This record gives sequence, C-alpha cells and structure tokens, in this order.
Amino acid sequence: MLELDHSKLGYEFPAYDVDVEKGQLKFFAKAIGETNPIYSDEEAAKDAGHRTIPALPTFPIVVNMSGPEYLPVLDLLGMKLSGILHANQSFEYFGDLYAGDKITVTNKISDMQEKKGGALLFVTVESSFTNQDGELVVKADQTLAYRNS
Amino acid sequence: MSEIVVGTEIPALEIKPVSRTTLALYCGASADHNPIHVDIDFAKKAGLDDVIAHGMLSMAYLGRMLTNWVPQAQLRKFSNRFAAMTHIGDVITCTGKVVELLEKNGETLARCEIQAANADGELTLMGEALVAVA
Repeated sequence: MLELDHSKLGYEFPAYDVDVEKGQLKFFAKAIGETNPIYSDEEAAKDAGHRTIPALPTFPIVVNMSGPEYLPVLDLLGMKLSGILHANQSFEYFGDLYAGDKITVTNKISDMQEKKGGALLFVTVESSFTNQDGELVVKADQTLAYRNS
Repeated sequence: MSEIVVGTEIPALEIKPVSRTTLALYCGASADHNPIHVDIDFAKKAGLDDVIAHGMLSMAYLGRMLTNWVPQAQLRKFSNRFAAMTHIGDVITCTGKVVELLEKNGETLARCEIQAANADGELTLMGEALVAVA
C-alpha cells in the first residue's frame, strides 16, 4: 500500500515554457462545443475588443499538461496512473491569456492528505502561469485523489 | 444583461450526450492523454466497466455556461469538486445561481454556486465562481 512521502510537501518541479498556439485554442473550443466565434475566429475576437483569440477559462490546465512530462507528480510520489482521479480544480485569474503568449509554468506540491485510513491519498499541486511580459495571469490548484488497492 | 442580484440564475447549459468521439477530441485538444478516457482496455484494468469522461471536460462546460452569461474578463475565480464520474451517453446540464454579493479589491463580486448534473439529477461537479459585476 502506497504511503504519502510527506517530505515532498513544498517540492517545486522544474519550471517550463509553453507557447499558446492559435490552432490549439481553436481545437480546444471545438472539442468542448464552444460556439462563440471570439474563441475560434480572430476577426470576431478583434471586433469584440480582443487583441487576438483568447484562451477559454479552463485552458490553463492544457498549458500545464503541455509540459515535458505527463503529471510528473505521479512519478515523484510513486503513484500509478490507473489509480488517480481528479478531485478538485480551481483557477484564479489576474490577467489575460491569448494566442501567441509564451507562458512560464511552475508547479509545487502544496498539500498532502490521507483519508479513510490511507485508502485514499490526496495531493494538491499549485501552479502559476506567467506570460512573456512577466505578468502573473493565472494561478491554479489541482487536487488528485489516489485509490490505494 | 439584466442586473445581477442574489438569487439571479445563470442561464442553464444542456450538453448533448457524451460520446467516445467527444472524449477522443477532448483528449487531443487538451493534451490530457490519460488512457482511462479513451482506451477501454486500460479502463477495465483500472477496475471500471468503460472509459469515463475527463472531469476537465465537464469543468469546461461549466466555463461555457459562465462565459455565455458574462464576458470572460469578468471572471475572477472558478473552482469545483469532481463529485461523480461522467459516463458515455450521459447528458450533462450545467446550472448556477448568485448566492452572495461581496466587495473585494474595490470591485463588487457575485459569488455563484455552480453545478453539473447528469439526467438522473446526480451532481457530477459542484463548485463556485466569483464574477465581477459591471
């Protein structure tokens, strides 16, 4: 049975940069059924006062997932991919995120908890998204639940 | 947009049934390649009967409800708990309402309770959004 290594609380993963690509924003909008043209048509976005196509509210998770490794927290803590579920997610918005931005992503383990006598393990990763101008645009918290079996 | 007050209901958003194609598209578009959402063999090994939808797909649906209601630039905070799995064929409906108006950093914010539910009325996501009131 996996136990949480509490010495990893506060662990910071290596930061990485992600280019926010217009094509991926359009594909994401299509995949979630978003039909507002500002999210897929640059002219419509400009007509609505945007400098180009904006990223949708949950898109920062895509930026996060576009790093060099898929959920590196799993390897760090010895968790199998088949045992995890997404438990909680939050986003806090401070600025705009647009096509063409280069975002620096940081990830840090901010909380670890056992529940049900260790049958369920919870780990929270706190992320920050800073654009090419050094402006913090989004913060996010992702909590994963791991089912011990 | 009419005035936002405590009790204002956010226009609901009903989503067409979740299909395998929906999940394959979201897998590619979101960079979330966890096979539990697209590979039934992997899902069965993980103890499930079938693939399950990405929680973040449903959160994106809640986001659509919010940005249909107010311009995205007014969104300050958006969070939820994933309360139950979403399965193939489920029809998800997103709803929400304003429960409080509060002042923060010189802005009036509407605190909204938001949720996603399947056709049986089971809540799949339960969360909150903070929206600046113009």
